[in-house]
Amino acid sequence: MSLKNSYFREIYWRRFTGNRFAVAGVILLFIVSFLAPHITPYDPATIDAYHVLLPPSAAHWMGTDELGRDVFTRVVYGARISLLVGFVAVGIYIVIGTLIGLVSGFYGHWVDSALMRFVDIMLCFPTFFLILAVIAMIGPSIWLIMIVIGLTNWMGVARLVRAEVLSIRERDFILAARAIGASDLRIIFRHILPNAMGPVLVTATLGVAGAILTESALSFLGIGVQPPTPSWGNILTSGKDYIEFAWWLSLYPGLAILVTVLAYNLLGEGIRDAIDPRLHK
Amino acid sequence: MINYLIKRLFALIPLMLGITLITFVVIHLAPGEPVEMQTAMNPKITAEARQRLREFYGLDKPLHVQYINWLGKLAHLDFGRSFAPDNRPVIDKIKERIPITVSLSIIALVIEFGFAIPIGIYAAIRQNSVMDKGITVFVFVGFAVPTFWLALLLMYLFGVKLGWLPISGLHSLGSEGYGTFLWLADLAKHLIMPIAVASFGSLAGVSRYMRSTMLEVIRQDYITTARAKGLSERVVIMRHALRNALLPVITLLGFSLPGLIGGSVIFETIYAIPGMGQLFYMGVMSRDYPLVMGILVIGAFLTLLGNLLADIGYALADPRIRHGQGQA
Repeated sequence: MSLKNSYFREIYWRRFTGNRFAVAGVILLFIVSFLAPHITPYDPATIDAYHVLLPPSAAHWMGTDELGRDVFTRVVYGARISLLVGFVAVGIYIVIGTLIGLVSGFYGHWVDSALMRFVDIMLCFPTFFLILAVIAMIGPSIWLIMIVIGLTNWMGVARLVRAEVLSIRERDFILAARAIGASDLRIIFRHILPNAMGPVLVTATLGVAGAILTESALSFLGIGVQPPTPSWGNILTSGKDYIEFAWWLSLYPGLAILVTVLAYNLLGEGIRDAIDPRLHK
Repeated sequence: MINYLIKRLFALIPLMLGITLITFVVIHLAPGEPVEMQTAMNPKITAEARQRLREFYGLDKPLHVQYINWLGKLAHLDFGRSFAPDNRPVIDKIKERIPITVSLSIIALVIEFGFAIPIGIYAAIRQNSVMDKGITVFVFVGFAVPTFWLALLLMYLFGVKLGWLPISGLHSLGSEGYGTFLWLADLAKHLIMPIAVASFGSLAGVSRYMRSTMLEVIRQDYITTARAKGLSERVVIMRHALRNALLPVITLLGFSLPGLIGGSVIFETIYAIPGMGQLFYMGVMSRDYPLVMGILVIGAFLTLLGNLLADIGYALADPRIRHGQGQA
């Protein structure tokens, strides 16, 4: 009896400690990005030629960049962009993926085959190549980035949802709903969808982390968010040119990315553990 | 087994068609015509010259005809000529660079799995120990690190500050004059950082996956039987548990390849390695459409190949697949 208790206690403790950091981190990030204008002492765009490339000090917590702008301020404003891109991109691909997965799993037969074939084709492309190609062709803009990330990552969600739908479809309550004459649409959206969303939530949370990484990689390569709008990736682009004299330009934005992505990853894993049906509370 | 292979090979055809279709659509999303691109800077081009150029490239025909023509050329491996000033056939430019990127990816995969599998096994058999927790932390951080940042930091630390490793390219200046051993050592020094960066993120993931499959396998009844028979723990783990736990990880191998090819853009550009990723980046920046299309198609094809190899590997390793579905 005590063995079982201590096993669960161990699990809960592990979940909680990992999660505490993650939840705190995520909340902190939101607060920081909303309050950006109030907690930053400087304007992210003001150029100050007298204070170029200063190391971190009391006046400039993370130093200044090559145009004299305060790095701390730009990192904080960069958080806004990252969160925005993360959530919108993930929102887009969750919607697309869920719809396709629902239709595919529910209707089966040739619809399922055709859609899954499409998924297989899309999965063949190295995602980053596709994103690069499209954005460079059309021209970088923050909305395009979100849409393209959305359009290239829905496949995993689609497969996941389809698998869930396939198993939920056979359950008794669905049979009952059909028996009383519920329409297809009602069954899909009112009965199947809410039960399928669990793993999707995990994928979405982890997806935000991935989207942030992708956006920063794109900005780093110069085809993401364009300067002067600060993004963690594009601060690093100038950081790499001055890495020998101004290490702070390269360290802090990268750390910001690391911590944010870590927080979302931990959160996602925590949610996954929490909804794991094998460990009933 | 042969049947399985043949079925898979046939399935490749619609996939390739789909890939070419999507690539074609993607490229034609670009606003402006390729002809405009080439001639925009030249004020002396007349309207007739433009029209002739259009006909030459087949751009005046309707889209689906253009697509079919392109498909026909692809069948001959003719990807057209690059728009870059050197105008070389695209296939030549790609051919030069494929070996580099593919070899780098293979080496990275070997290192990745070579480290990740033992780490995963160790974490599984010493579950919840300090090492396991430490490895888990390492894994999570590994997932979260942006590759280009890691590349930059490594470059700074080992290249600039400590001066131990060269920071770009594949060979040092004058390395043609080196003897074989020195040449190889020089190459290795150049490769350490790019490969470390390429494999780092996935290493974390693979070791975690290995750990979870291993954990699942260890709980199985046949492991208990093996222990009850009196076999040493080592034999139990290495001979019985490992073989079964390794199976899903093999499929991961196949899926790692597109990730590595896609990621090659970043580390090849940063470390100035003349591979496919760098070529793609340059092509995309200079709007070199034939090149971009070619690399997209070839990249997707390589991915397909990787998946096929993974499936074959899985079929080879798991007799259940070889002899028909579900017949034990």
